[in-house]
Order: sequence, then C-alpha cells, then structure tokens
Amino acid sequence: MNVYYLQLLILIGINIIMASSLNLVIGYTGQLSLGHAAFMSLGAYTSALATLRLGLPFGAALLIGAVVAALFGIVIGLPTLQLKGDYLAIATLGFGEIVRIVFLNLDITGGAVGLRGIPKETDFLWVICLVLITGFALNRIIHSRVGRALLAIREDETAAESMGINSTYYKTLCFGVGAFFAGIGGGLFAHWFRYIHPNTFGFLNSIEYLCMVVLGGLGNMWGAVIGAGLLTIIPELLRQIADLRLLIYGIVLIIMMRVRPQGILGQSQGKSTHTLSRYYKQILGKIKNR
Amino acid sequence: MAEQTILKATNICHSFGGLMALKDVDFKISSKEIVGLIGPNGAGKTTLFNLFTGHYCPTRGEIYFNNRKINGLKPYQITPQGIARTFQNIRIFSQMSVLDNVLIGQHCRTKTGLWGAIIRTSGSKREEARAYETALKMLHFVNLEEKKDEHASNLSYGEQRRLEIARALATDPTLLLLDEPAAGMNPQETSTLIKLIRQIRDEMNKTILLIEHDMKVVMSISERVAVLNYGRKIAEGTPQEVQNNDEVIKAYLGESA
Ligand SMILES: Nc1ncnc2c1ncn2[C@@H]1O[C@H](COP(=O)(O)OP(=O)(O)OP(=O)(O)O)[C@@H](O)[C@H]1O
Ligand SMILES: [Mg+2]
Repeated sequence: MNVYYLQLLILIGINIIMASSLNLVIGYTGQLSLGHAAFMSLGAYTSALATLRLGLPFGAALLIGAVVAALFGIVIGLPTLQLKGDYLAIATLGFGEIVRIVFLNLDITGGAVGLRGIPKETDFLWVICLVLITGFALNRIIHSRVGRALLAIREDETAAESMGINSTYYKTLCFGVGAFFAGIGGGLFAHWFRYIHPNTFGFLNSIEYLCMVVLGGLGNMWGAVIGAGLLTIIPELLRQIADLRLLIYGIVLIIMMRVRPQGILGQSQGKSTHTLSRYYKQILGKIKNR
Repeated sequence: MAEQTILKATNICHSFGGLMALKDVDFKISSKEIVGLIGPNGAGKTTLFNLFTGHYCPTRGEIYFNNRKINGLKPYQITPQGIARTFQNIRIFSQMSVLDNVLIGQHCRTKTGLWGAIIRTSGSKREEARAYETALKMLHFVNLEEKKDEHASNLSYGEQRRLEIARALATDPTLLLLDEPAAGMNPQETSTLIKLIRQIRDEMNKTILLIEHDMKVVMSISERVAVLNYGRKIAEGTPQEVQNNDEVIKAYLGESA
C-alpha cells in the first residue's frame, strides 16, 4: 500500500480510538472534558519509555501506557468531576496544560526535545485490531447496567442518584475508561511517528477530538467514527491552506450548532439535552453572570 | 395501628440560609400505611421528602428508617435501603427509552460492573434478563407496557408521571414517596392513579407517603393525613379529623372551605 495512504488510515484509526473514548465521557456521560490529549500523551510517553528504556514488547508497553493514563484519569477525575459543565471544562483544560508543562520539564521525557528513536511498532494490523477492541468494549459498556448509569447521569444527575447511582463513582469510572483508551491511542501514535514532544499533545489536539465527537454526533458510536474520519481526511485534502485548519474547525462547529446541533448522527428526538449548544449556552450564561 | 414503625423522624429542623423551611417536625409512618402530607404552597412538604431521601441533610433532628439512622446518608445510599420517590417536577431520563428508564430503577438491585459488562459473563446476562423482566412487570403494572420502546420524552404528561412511579417501584422500595402525583392530570387519569396507588399498597405491599394538593385524592386514599404550615406540623389524624381541625381550616382549607 502507498505509504501516504497507509499513514492516513493509521491516523484515522488512532483518531477513531480518541474520538470514541472521548464520546463516552462527553456524549454518554455528559462531562465536558477538554483534557483528552493529555491522557493520550501519558499513554504515548509511558509506552515509548517502556519500549525505549525497558525494551518491553509493544503490546505490554501499550497496556502499561493505557493503565497509567487510566490511573491519572481516576486521580484527576475524582476531585474535578465534582465540578459541573464549564467549570469541569476549565479544570480539565488546566490539567492538560499541567501535564504538558511537566513533560516539558522532566529529564526522563527529554524535556522540550521529547523522545526520539521510538521503535516503529505500530502497523495497520495493530491499529485495526485496537480500533475494533475499543469499539467492542465501548459498545458493550454502553449497552449495559454501567452504560445506563452513565446515561442517567447525563440526563439528570439528581434523579440518577435517587435511583441508587453513585454518580461520583460512575463519572470517575468513565473518566478512567476514556483515559485508558486515549492512552492506547497515544501508544499507537508514538510507535508510528517514532518521535513525540510535549506540544504534540496540546490543548488544540483536545479541541480537535472534541470537534470530531461533536461533528459526528454526541452520544453516538458511529458518529465518533464518522467525525474522526472526516476531520482526518478533510485537513489532508486542504493541505495548501493548513494554516486555516483551526479557522475551519471553528466555522464547522458554529455551522453545526446552528444547523444540526445534535451532530451528523446524533438523535434529534425530543428536546436535546446534551448538544454542544447546551454547553455553549451554559458558558455564555456564566460569562453574563459575571 | 399496631403495625410496626418503618420511618421515624424526630425534631426535624431545616433551614435554607435564614429561612426555616421546617421547624421541629416529628413524623412517623407505619408499615403498609397510606399517609397524605398536605399544606399550603411553601409549607415544607417537598423539603421533608428531600430530607427523607438524602437530597438534603437536616439542620437538626434525626431520621430513622427501619431503625437505622439515615440522616447524613446520600440518596444513592438510602435508595438501596428501601426508600424510593417521585419528583414534583417530573425528572424522567427523557432521552432514553421508557424501558431503559425503568431498568435504571433496577440499578441498586443489580451488580454488573465494567468487566461483567464487557465480557458479558453468564452472571451478568442472567442478571440483565432478570432486570428486564422486573422492568416489564413494573411497566405492565402502570399500564405503559406498549410504550416500552418509546422515547420517554414522547410520553404524555400523565404517562410520564406513571413512568416515574414505575421507575421508583423498580428500585424495590418498602416506602414509596410520591410528590404531587396527580398534578397536571385530568379527572380520568386521576381516578386511574387513585386505583394504582391503592394497588401498589395492597398488591405490592408498599408503604406510601404522598404529597398532594388535590383534596379529593388525599382524602379518598389516605388513612392518615399530616398537615404542614410554615414548616410546622399543625395537625395529624384521619382525613375527617384533619378536615374538621380548626387550625387546618384556618391555615389551609380556610381559603376554599
Ligand atoms: N433549595 C432551596 N433553597 C432555598 N429555599 C428553598 C429551597 N427549597 C425550598 N425552599 C424554600 O423552602 C420553603 C419550603 O419549600 P418546599 O418546596 O418544601 O414547599 P412545598 O410544601 O413542597 O410547597 P409546594 O406545594 O409549592 O410544592 C419555601 O419557602 C421554599 O421557597
Ligand atoms: Mg413541593
């Protein structure tokens, strides 16, 4: 296969993992997290150090990276998930920046230079298998007692608690699961590009994943896949105007909010309670109250 | 009533900032009773529900359920002990199916965790099948079985109220708290509701405490009525006793009687 297309497919696969795991947090549980790239970076750095320094096999390194990301997800989620809406968004955004700055200043992660010479372990087979595993696991979670609890929290946290659902526990759990798969995405990324540095996983990357989820449809499994595919391919087609990428994202989001707030595949029945425009309104409301 | 007391609240006070919403309220419910809780707007009825279910922690006083102290516990800790409620402003999970709403009621009676969900162990499959069966039974009970696959937000107002009751029943409570279940219902729906509440007590053996402004409903189904006014319990007794109580007439029925 042409190397260029192979790389595009691998990126699409990684982005599907990233978007669908973020979808669990934002789309299904209703927690607006802006730190998804930070969990990816934790998985990327941990797995890269595991193969580079410890010589561990790729599979083990991926798993360790994912577990470390998940542990951070839980530790960070426990206090911050007490916050609602935009406050949570700001806290997760801050967490992402802290992670980036820590990596920037640690010796073991190579500081601003980052890690080079990571073995090229990621290939098409690894990516396709992990995309399928991620999709399978997330789908099973969503269609289970656990998934119903997450949806209930998104719909009405007070009512969910009165049904016996410990919302702090489930929100933290979903944060941990989301971070776990983001860690896998990071491991795949690091062992494909073979070079990572702190700015590979910045705030704007988190926003990119958010855009994929919103474009595809919050709370829809296939939506995240379509969103990830579109927002990986379109920028490639528009390479000449790469500088305008963020502008285009912004325009896409605004158009979506006006025309189809539930995303391409999102549900449109009843009153939508979990669309981006809700978050947007919340944030506007908070600004006005100041 | 020689029945045993299942809920006992003593000296309950609750203030919101400077506002005393409840003052020294004593309250008792015996097993299998249907008790009405009435009072003018803002009397503190819903606040009392919120205290019983752990949504608020009382400023002062103690609440015992089956002889276990429950004040200070969170709603998700109290529900498994056997108290379920509906809300004055309907709080169904509107973007979920009717059936899923009721399945969530089974949450505290099931255990499947992350791993069981992903692997679908035989245990979790069995549990899911049982939860499904219970949920269908509850939907049948409130006569919403045919609507099980509908989006909850597509139900009519009266149906949403019944869905909330089914969801609460799915938590398998011993005590059911209903906050204005007849609000917004037409007379026909109301009479169905009265039958339903009686059935819940007689066939499912639940104890029921209900807040209701519709006097026809309260007086016809309650065996005992308690009256709150400005956060104080001003009367308690059979529907007749309460209706003839001077203080109640003055404070509450006075406007209409
Ligand atoms: N969360 C709150 N914060 C501040 N004040 C509150 C809060 N909840 C209730 N109150 C006040 O406490 C008092 C009792 O309210 P509550 O909702 O218990 O009344 P109620 O008897 O249920 O009335 P209604 O029949 O209108 O439902 C009211 O004065 C109300 O304004
Ligand atoms: Mg009330």
